Formats: sequence, C-alpha cells, structure tokens
Amino acid sequence: MTVLGLEFFLMLGGLGFGAMAVGVARDRMHPRRAGTTVFWALLAVCFAAGKFLSPALVGLMVVAMAALAGARSVTPPSRGAGSGPDRAAEAGRLGNRLITPVVLIPLGVLAGGYLLPFLALDDVRLVAPAQATQVALGLACGFALLLSSRVTGAGTSVAFAEGGRLVHAMGWALILPQLLASLGGVFARAGVGEVVAGVVGSALPLHLPLVAVVAYCAAMALFTIVMGNAFAAFPVVTLGIGLPFIVREHGGNPAIMGALGMLAGYCGTLVTPMAANFNVVPAVLLGLPDRHAVIRAQAPMAAAIWIFNVVLMALCVYRF
Amino acid sequence: MIKLLGIIIVAAGFALRLNPLLVIVAAGLATGVAAGLSLPEVLALLGTYFVDNRFMTLPVLLMLPVVGLLERHGLQEQVAVLIRRSAAATAGRVLLAYHALRAGASTVAVNIGNHASMVRPVVAPMAEGAAARAGTPSEEKVAAIRAHAAASENLGNFFADDIFVAVGPVLLIKGVFDAAGVRADVLAIAWWGAPTALWVLAVGWWRYRALDRRLRGGAP
Repeated sequence: MTVLGLEFFLMLGGLGFGAMAVGVARDRMHPRRAGTTVFWALLAVCFAAGKFLSPALVGLMVVAMAALAGARSVTPPSRGAGSGPDRAAEAGRLGNRLITPVVLIPLGVLAGGYLLPFLALDDVRLVAPAQATQVALGLACGFALLLSSRVTGAGTSVAFAEGGRLVHAMGWALILPQLLASLGGVFARAGVGEVVAGVVGSALPLHLPLVAVVAYCAAMALFTIVMGNAFAAFPVVTLGIGLPFIVREHGGNPAIMGALGMLAGYCGTLVTPMAANFNVVPAVLLGLPDRHAVIRAQAPMAAAIWIFNVVLMALCVYRF
Repeated sequence: MIKLLGIIIVAAGFALRLNPLLVIVAAGLATGVAAGLSLPEVLALLGTYFVDNRFMTLPVLLMLPVVGLLERHGLQEQVAVLIRRSAAATAGRVLLAYHALRAGASTVAVNIGNHASMVRPVVAPMAEGAAARAGTPSEEKVAAIRAHAAASENLGNFFADDIFVAVGPVLLIKGVFDAAGVRADVLAIAWWGAPTALWVLAVGWWRYRALDRRLRGGAP
C-alpha cells in the first residue's frame, strides 16, 4: 500500500475549485454569477469525486462545462484582487529572493522523482513509483508555498486568493489540455488512428524506419498548421503513424518519439496563422503593418528546428 | 473514413474561432457516434478519459498559489530588472537575453510574460532603444525588430516547457500513451525535450545575429 497518492492532491484541487465556486456564488457583483458558479462547481466534483462517479455522468458534466464555456458564461470576477503592495517597490526590496522558490520547484520534482520511490517501510511505500514525479511536484509546491510566504511576509491565505485570481484569469482554458487528451482517448477507442494509418500507410513506404520518422514529424507539423494546435494534432498523428509504425513495427522508443514529435509539431505552430494568439495578435499588438510579419520572422527558425528534431529522432529513436 | 469527422470538426471549429472546449467535445461525440458507439457509451468514454487525465491540470493548479503570491510581490518586475541589467548592446542581444530568460522560466512552468505584458512594454522598446544607439532605424527596420521580439517570446515559450518538470505537454504525451496502452516514463519524455531546447537557443542566436547584421547594413 502507499501513504501518499495522486488522489490526495486531486482532492485538494477539487477543494480549491469548490472554494472558487462558493466565492463566485457569494459575489453579487459577478457579471456571470450562475454560469461561472456551476462551471467551477462541476469541475470541483470531477476532481474530488470523479473516480467514484459513473463515467457517463462525468461525461455529461464535461459536456455541460463545454456548453457553459461556449455560451461565454464563464468569466473572472469583475473586481480586482484588491490593491496589494507596490510591485516595483517589492521587487526592489526582495530582489532575486522572489525567484528562489520558483527555481526550487523543478529541483524538488527532479530529486523527488528519483528518490521518493525508494522510501518504503516493509510493504508500506510512501508513493507508488508511477506517481513519484507528480507527488514530488505536490510536495515541492507545498514547500515553495511556505518559502514564498516567508520571503514576502504574506500569509498562505493571500497565496490561495492569488492562486484563485490566476485560475479565474485562465478560466475554461485551464482544462483545455486535459480535454484534448480526453479527445485523444476517444480517438484511440474509435479507431481514428487505424484510419489515418491506413491512408498514410498506403501512400508512403512506412515499412522503412527512416521514412516513418520523417512522415511522423512532417505529419505533426502539417496537422498542427491545419488544426492550429500541436496538442490537438498529437493524438491523431501519434495514433495514426507514431505508435503503429515507429513503436510497434520498428520497435522505436515511445518516450523519445513523443517528446520530439510534439516539438516537431510546435514548428508548425510557428508558421500557422491559425495559432492567432501567438502569431497574428502580436503583430497587431506591436503595430506591424504586415499581419504575417511574425510568421515570416519565424519561418527560418521553424525550418531549422524541425530539421534538428527529425535528425535527432532518426538517430536516437531506434537506438535507445 | 467517416471516423475522421472529428479532425475536420477540430480544424473547422478552431478556424471559425469557436470556443475550443465546445469544439473538442463536439469532435469527441461525433467521432464516437461515427464509430458506431451509442451516445451514453461515448459520454462514458469522455468521462473516463477526463477523470484519467485530471493529473494534467493538477500541476498548474498546485503552482498557481506560489506564482500568484510572488507576482503580487513583484516577480515580473524583478524579471524586467534582470533584462534591463543585462545591458545588452544590440537589438539581437536584447532578444537573446529575453529568449534565454523566458525559456529558463518556462522550464519551471512559470510565465514571466507574454506579448502583451512583456514584449510590447519591455522587450521591443529595449531592443529598439539598443538599435537606436547607431542612429534612428527606418520603419522597415523597426518592424523587423518587433517581429523578431514577438518571435523571441514564442521560441522561449514553446520549446522549453517540455523539459524537467512534468507539466503540460509532457503529461499530454503520457496521457495519450496511457490511453493507447503504451508504457513511457515521464522523466524520460521530459529529458528528451532538452536537446531541442538548447538547439532552439542556438537558432535564436543565429537569427538575432542576422537581425543585427541587417540593422547595421544600409538596405532596409
């Protein structure tokens, strides 16, 4: 058995979402009080109790959350989080001590990821090895929270209020990666990968290991250009080309393939107007007459990075 | 072929700027039904995977109280101070310094800024200021500096968040592999993002230096 599991931190997260829902419900000034309350309450239930509910019910809750987001009913509170201290003065007073807690988190995750699995007394483990990095992250964040509270002289309740403010600012976008991964799961179960594999496999000689690598990286970039988002392209291309050909047929290393494949997808993000937030909005924001000036500046970078990824994957994926 | 409906829905929905959550749920439901599942079965699949992938949202949630507290006490202002203190002599070097700092913070999943909060008010003006020391740059050159400033933000943002800390993309990769029944270690996925992050820094150095050469030259 294990002492500390991921479920504990998920319940904490659920409590946090619950507190946000209560806060919105009691905020008479909130512009979209009902919708926003329901959204965070549903997410709270998914996090704290999702494991114990019927999957179809959770599915319905997900549909409801998407509907609320689509109806623009999820918004941050209209009021700011209060004035707070003068930030520039605080930066002058605290200097690089502000940065220390932030740097400690990844070091904690790295150390914990390797060390936590060894902490065991007879049959009782502190954490399950598969969850070690995530539990380490939870512990590191708890430690960093205490440290930042000490450095800034503000209580942890202020930290939770600030955390809530940032989650409100992210809004529904917070669960976007989680939902994209879920879509990947549905795609996998529905057999989308097999269809893509059939189409691409009949057009290209993917039985050659090198061709499979190039096709996978090219498809990641192309699908990202079309879909505007590498996270959305990843499940489709990985289920369609990566897993059936590189991993299953040629015995490639999935960790290497996944990491480099995702990065090949980002090269597509650099050159697509579909990723408007990154490429088009900044051009407008910076007052550039050419809306595609940022994409033009990024094109040679994207090419150089994509080629590097393909070469690295071709050299390593079948070797390690 | 009809199973590819979901991909078309995602591409069309994103192109039309519909709410992404709505687009993704619609794509999931359509794909499941196209594959011959009943609606309750598709909902159950969606619910199962949503619960299985809760761990993807968790790290952001755990880190935000720390980041929020530090931001309240001037984290972003301190980063701006560090960039200014680097006293980079040319536009290209300002951008390289920002790129490196942005990427470094990104590896710990901290957003020190974005196009609105950092590039427009701090990075682009500093790069233009550095370029102006050699005489007022032409409009075309200013535009080139600004476009590269936006690029330095994107490069620093995208390519470093795949290493070290198990957040975002690393967890998405793991989630997709889990759903497909393939075992992969998160730390291994994270480490294999490191070589590209270094290479991207080198690519940035190359392009920003090319920008500096273009600024020095007479041609626009």
